[in-house]
Amino acid sequence: MVKLLLFGYGNPGRGDDTLGPELIGRIAQLHLAGVECQNDMQLQVEHVTDLAACDRVLFIDADMSCAEPCDFSEIFAEKDGSYTSHAMSPTALLYAYRQVYGKDAPPAFLLRIRGYDFALGDPLTEQAAVNLDTATKLVHELCMDASLQRWRRCLVNKGDSVE
Amino acid sequence: MKGVKLRKYGQQIIAAITGKRIHGTATVPGGMNKPLTVVERDALLADIKNILGWSQDAVALNEQIHTSHPEHYRFATIRSNFLSMVGGGGELELYHGGLRARSATGAMIFDQFDYRGFQDILREEVRPWSYMKFPYLIELGKEQGWYRVGPLARVNNCDFISTPLAEAARKHFREFGQGGFVQDTLAYHWARMIEILHCAESIQALLHDPDITGTDLVADLGEKRSVGVGVIEAPRGTLFHHYQIDGQGLIVKANLIVSTTSNNQAMNESVRSVANEYLEGHEITEGLLNHLEVAVRAYDPCLSCATHALGKMPLQVELLDADGTLLDRLTKGSNGAIERTV
Repeated sequence: MVKLLLFGYGNPGRGDDTLGPELIGRIAQLHLAGVECQNDMQLQVEHVTDLAACDRVLFIDADMSCAEPCDFSEIFAEKDGSYTSHAMSPTALLYAYRQVYGKDAPPAFLLRIRGYDFALGDPLTEQAAVNLDTATKLVHELCMDASLQRWRRCLVNKGDSVE
Repeated sequence: MKGVKLRKYGQQIIAAITGKRIHGTATVPGGMNKPLTVVERDALLADIKNILGWSQDAVALNEQIHTSHPEHYRFATIRSNFLSMVGGGGELELYHGGLRARSATGAMIFDQFDYRGFQDILREEVRPWSYMKFPYLIELGKEQGWYRVGPLARVNNCDFISTPLAEAARKHFREFGQGGFVQDTLAYHWARMIEILHCAESIQALLHDPDITGTDLVADLGEKRSVGVGVIEAPRGTLFHHYQIDGQGLIVKANLIVSTTSNNQAMNESVRSVANEYLEGHEITEGLLNHLEVAVRAYDPCLSCATHALGKMPLQVELLDADGTLLDRLTKGSNGAIERTV
């Protein structure tokens, strides 16, 4: 069985930034076999150790500029300046993985869910909640059929694959 | 890999103590709702010798980086007052002690001050151009009363550290100051590693203490009070929490002075120092932008409490003339890409 890691990140105290952790919470409640759910406020370098134990990883984050309702993409290791910050990009984390372990990270994908309001203390917006429903359905489908072929077929439709 | 595993160990401790890596649920008023189990303790003990060794390596590495680069001594360096908590004997203390403030020359401003009365020594100034407040020591006034908190302040301010390896590292650090405080802003990183070493030693001692797996988890709550003040030394510096509750126990007033706020003026002064050194003409160069970022990051500010959604611009530098007219603006994206937007 493919061991999947779902990693949502964002600040639940900042409106739609909670989309990633919120989705993780929903999937975790399903107790799907072979699916590990993790979340954190932001990605940091020690999270490479989480990647080491899985066959594939899906990062899930709120995004204020992607297409609605969500954007699903495959990502690859890329060096950028975020490794010096409190909030690494997922591609930089994959790059750090290569540096730490001397090999490529497991295949990695990124699901960006469109958010609109990230103000302190604000609730999830109505439109973001609609996008979250769509994204949750997509992630559930991906967990049910975790073949790389299936995941990459979803890329063609960029998150519109939910039927 | 050592640094990554050090950070991972920190996560493991948080998970063992609070139940989860983030948003722990184990803390309750007056104590904890879960003990540390023997299994959890033994898992942490299994790695502690490595953690101690790596912490020593981290101190040595940061000391070497700082001392072998004389240009680091003056980079973004300012002379400031220092504020921190110390124990009853003047030792480094992170959880419960008295407040100590000393001037840049080392002169004592106050010592062993009961933090519950912090409003008698600290005031927060509001300035129209920033959402962040500017705290200052009342005794010195708005102009002279700003101060630094955090590892640099703590390691300078304390008389000793209670664990032997960190104490030896502290003495080495203070020798670098040649009898005075080490005011080098980039020495924050060095001081931070000395504190990590102290914490590793303390964790080892605590894990060997039989009481660590005890089940007496909640203190006697005592008489209910409507106002409470709590102060600790958080990783970034002194952290003040001040709450008022009503008869139902609901919070009706809350004020926090977080360490990044305490370092606000100091970070601005470091930015001024870098600008004076590296700004030429009317153009913000990529080099200047990077230098400013290095200066601010030395304080490890928690500006990351802001949103981390992809697409956000984490750094923007504007150059204004004396009349406030925008001359240049450079932004650095979350992917590190730099863009001029004027």
